[in-house]
Amino acid sequence: MNVLREYFGRNVRQYGIVLALLLIVLLFQLLTDGRLLAPNNIAALFMQNAYVMILAIGMVAVIVAGHIDLSVGSVVAFIGGLVAIMMHNWGWSVPLAILAALVVGALVGAWQGFWIAFVGIPAFIVTLAGMLIFRGLAIVLVGQTIAPLPSSFNRIGNGSVANFLGFAGQMDVVTLVIGVIAIVGLVVSQVRARANLIKHELTVEVFGVFIGKLVVMGALIALVTYWLSLSRGGTPIILLIVGVLVLGFTFLMNRTVFGRHVYAVGGNRNAAILSGVSARNVDFMLFVNIGLLSAVAAIATTARAGAGVAAAGQNFELDAIAACFIGGTAVAGGVGKISGAMIGALIMGVLNMGLSILAVDAAWQQAIKGLVLLLAVALDIVSKRKGALR
Amino acid sequence: MATDATAQDGRGAGGGAPAGDLILQMRSISKEFPGVKALSDVTLEVRRGEVHAICGENGAGKSTLMKVLSGVYPHGTYTGDILLGGEEVRFKGIRDSEEAGIVIIHQELALVPRLSLAENMFLGNEQASGGVVDWNKTRSQAAKLLRRVGLHDNPDVTPLDIGVGKQQLVEIAKALSKKVDLLILDEPTAALNDEDSAHLLGLIAEFRDQGITSIIISHKLNEIAAIADRVTVIRDGQTIETLDFHGAETITEDRIIKGMVGRPLDNRFPDHEPQIGAEALRVEDWTVYHPIDTERMVVDHAHLTVHQGEIVGLAGLMGAGRTELAMSVFGRSYGANISGRIYKNGQEISIRTVRDAIKHGIAYTTEDRKALGLNLIQTIRENISASALGKVSNWWGVVRGGAEDVVAEKYRKEFRIKAPTVESVVGKLSGGNQQKVVLSKWVNADPDVLILDEPTRGIDVGAKYEIYGIINALAAAGKAVIVISSELPELIGVCDRIYAVSQGRITGEVARADATQEELMRYMTMEKTPAGAGQAQEGTN
Ligand SMILES: Nc1ncnc2c1ncn2[C@@H]1O[C@H](COP(=O)(O)OP(=O)(O)OP(=O)(O)O)[C@@H](O)[C@H]1O
Ligand SMILES: [Mg+2]
Repeated sequence: MNVLREYFGRNVRQYGIVLALLLIVLLFQLLTDGRLLAPNNIAALFMQNAYVMILAIGMVAVIVAGHIDLSVGSVVAFIGGLVAIMMHNWGWSVPLAILAALVVGALVGAWQGFWIAFVGIPAFIVTLAGMLIFRGLAIVLVGQTIAPLPSSFNRIGNGSVANFLGFAGQMDVVTLVIGVIAIVGLVVSQVRARANLIKHELTVEVFGVFIGKLVVMGALIALVTYWLSLSRGGTPIILLIVGVLVLGFTFLMNRTVFGRHVYAVGGNRNAAILSGVSARNVDFMLFVNIGLLSAVAAIATTARAGAGVAAAGQNFELDAIAACFIGGTAVAGGVGKISGAMIGALIMGVLNMGLSILAVDAAWQQAIKGLVLLLAVALDIVSKRKGALR
Repeated sequence: MATDATAQDGRGAGGGAPAGDLILQMRSISKEFPGVKALSDVTLEVRRGEVHAICGENGAGKSTLMKVLSGVYPHGTYTGDILLGGEEVRFKGIRDSEEAGIVIIHQELALVPRLSLAENMFLGNEQASGGVVDWNKTRSQAAKLLRRVGLHDNPDVTPLDIGVGKQQLVEIAKALSKKVDLLILDEPTAALNDEDSAHLLGLIAEFRDQGITSIIISHKLNEIAAIADRVTVIRDGQTIETLDFHGAETITEDRIIKGMVGRPLDNRFPDHEPQIGAEALRVEDWTVYHPIDTERMVVDHAHLTVHQGEIVGLAGLMGAGRTELAMSVFGRSYGANISGRIYKNGQEISIRTVRDAIKHGIAYTTEDRKALGLNLIQTIRENISASALGKVSNWWGVVRGGAEDVVAEKYRKEFRIKAPTVESVVGKLSGGNQQKVVLSKWVNADPDVLILDEPTRGIDVGAKYEIYGIINALAAAGKAVIVISSELPELIGVCDRIYAVSQGRITGEVARADATQEELMRYMTMEKTPAGAGQAQEGTN
């Protein structure tokens, strides 16, 4: 019992946020008489919030390194407009337009990264300027809404993975297969990590806790899989894309030299430089990276809307930043996890959806989201203070 | 030395505090952090009007005990009783303890770099009437307090404009601005040279005459022997003994060490048989200017050589330019308009960045471990591998977790870093253990030339001995080692050859056999003289 208490005490912030998500889900499930967790809503939840998740992946890294990016919303509008023009006006093929969008995203990132890393202007200022610049360019570019776009493109945002394996009862088999792969992957990776720790005679969590954790996480994935398999289309394509990005970037941040340099720079920039880390290169690459992810978000958003609009991406930067902070990223840098930010994004998404189902006024929705952000961070800080004094 | 003289006199005057009058009693204090029992059943009794020293190895719990006393860890987060003047006190925070007349100066200096000295001294205690700060009063009070600690600087300058030694005195002046009966100093002289230390100890003796009781934590046992009336030894979170310098038994440094480490330590410096090989690093005509005040020369045409297997010392007073010399060689991480040549194994090399320096097998451990040496919010493991991630990652940049764990664990054991696992966050380690992490990090990078800047700052005698052992082992493995230290006995005990630095110039070079403190001191204080006369060269290589 004591061991358990200590374990949860140490990991309170990680579980606190998962718990918060579950509570919010439960709350709305009750308030909406069970409509929140209808299969089609679950699928829509991921489709609607894919952009926050994609942007938050890049934003976590940027904030961990001690910067911020205010421009992502405008960049999404700019690149979204561009990709629509390329297909609609210039008749480019879908793959070519996507490739071009990604290249432009990287270039936009390189532009901002240049001023931040090599000229030494604070990211807050550079990206504030970027926010104005790219919003302006988006409006210039997209005079009127650009539509229609090729349906194969729109499927990226709205479509689901093709059901080529048929149905098992009501359930989409492709979705079930994906769910099983996810669970197996989870178990294998966790068991291997644990085995590795044991091999090197390092402390591991108590076996019971370990199994319990696996069972809970596996059950959650199974539940989501089950609901998705009952939804209209099965697994949303965009959910697969987000999943791949989350896995890839988690690996990048945790397991690669580059990721370690990001945390080192964020934790103590001078010490990192004196350890031979090129802080400038790290900064530059981080902004190229978030530029690329902004392009992915732009593709997702434009595809979902089925049109290029100049007003797209409004407030996306705030959503992404809020997701990071709800998810436990430290304002001062040095600390933050992609998994946390994803849960942060889901909290915001569930709030949005639940409040919409309840037909709460949009203005109130905004106020409530603000309050949740404040409470989440307050909880985090208070729990940390307790930890420090114990 | 000056240290001994001032302080010895001081003790003669104030040592006779009546044994019965206890200003402070701490009874069976225990304090736990998650996973660490920092204090278990510690007892401390301090007499009114004495200088009471606390000694113990790194991580013994000295700082923690003082934080309990001063309310940093409030009542309820520890167990045991604190009695002040015979009455029990329960502090909820630092404010409470200050009200009771206890002022603590922490191990880490806590001045705000960009505020003036006057603002710093009255931070949280602003001289104001009706919420409006009275600047004239602030300044004049500040100037008065500064003079009391022997500083004649303008209270409008910032801590950045004065050296570490003076900053420490400002901290003391700040303490004096409050009502203080009991002054706690946690390693006040760790970052000071002998002269500044002597001045500070003299002040403490003066305070004693004025009726202020002091508790001083230090790893410099000669200082304790010189100034303290009594000393309490703490080991592994427990009180071992309290020794009285005025008692029947003569208390020597060795006697204190025996209490600290639990056995007598025969020798302060391990034996070292130099096996000097070919030239490893030569720096020629090295000149560096101040990065902001670019007219000012901080390193002045320095020449310096170090051979494989050789340990070379750099002696100098605070501000002589030793750190500046080292950091400018280490990938130009300090200074402007750097000129000169660097030869590695006889070949001229060009080093423009820290990466270049590391690539050429040069490593530098900083004297300022908190600001420049460590990532305090990361773990021991992550800090140790930070400078050599390449060694534990594969060709496409993926860190092999297992390999990294093994490396970190090896150093934790080898250097006896006191922490439950390598996953402990570095910021929570005691000062000395943090220093061991810094050393591990650079030994792990496996350099050919290792520059150690104040490697034993804030480290206990036992661990110092271990670190000297590590330095010897590195030299025995053919590495060239340069040691910068403000402690002359340390340089003389460890180095094969010592350069003296004064005002940015290398003013002398002394072989181990001929090295005495007086000789080194003479070079270290050599003023800039008309051309040629200062470039004294003694002994050849
Ligand atoms: N905030 C904290 N959280 C967890 N452990 C802590 C914390 N502060 C101190 N410790 C641990 O408590 C023990 C005592 O630390 P303390 O700083 O009191 O040592 P010290 O005697 O002052 O050592 P040094 O001479 O190195 O300064 C150490 O093992 C340290 O790692
Ligand atoms: Mg300490």
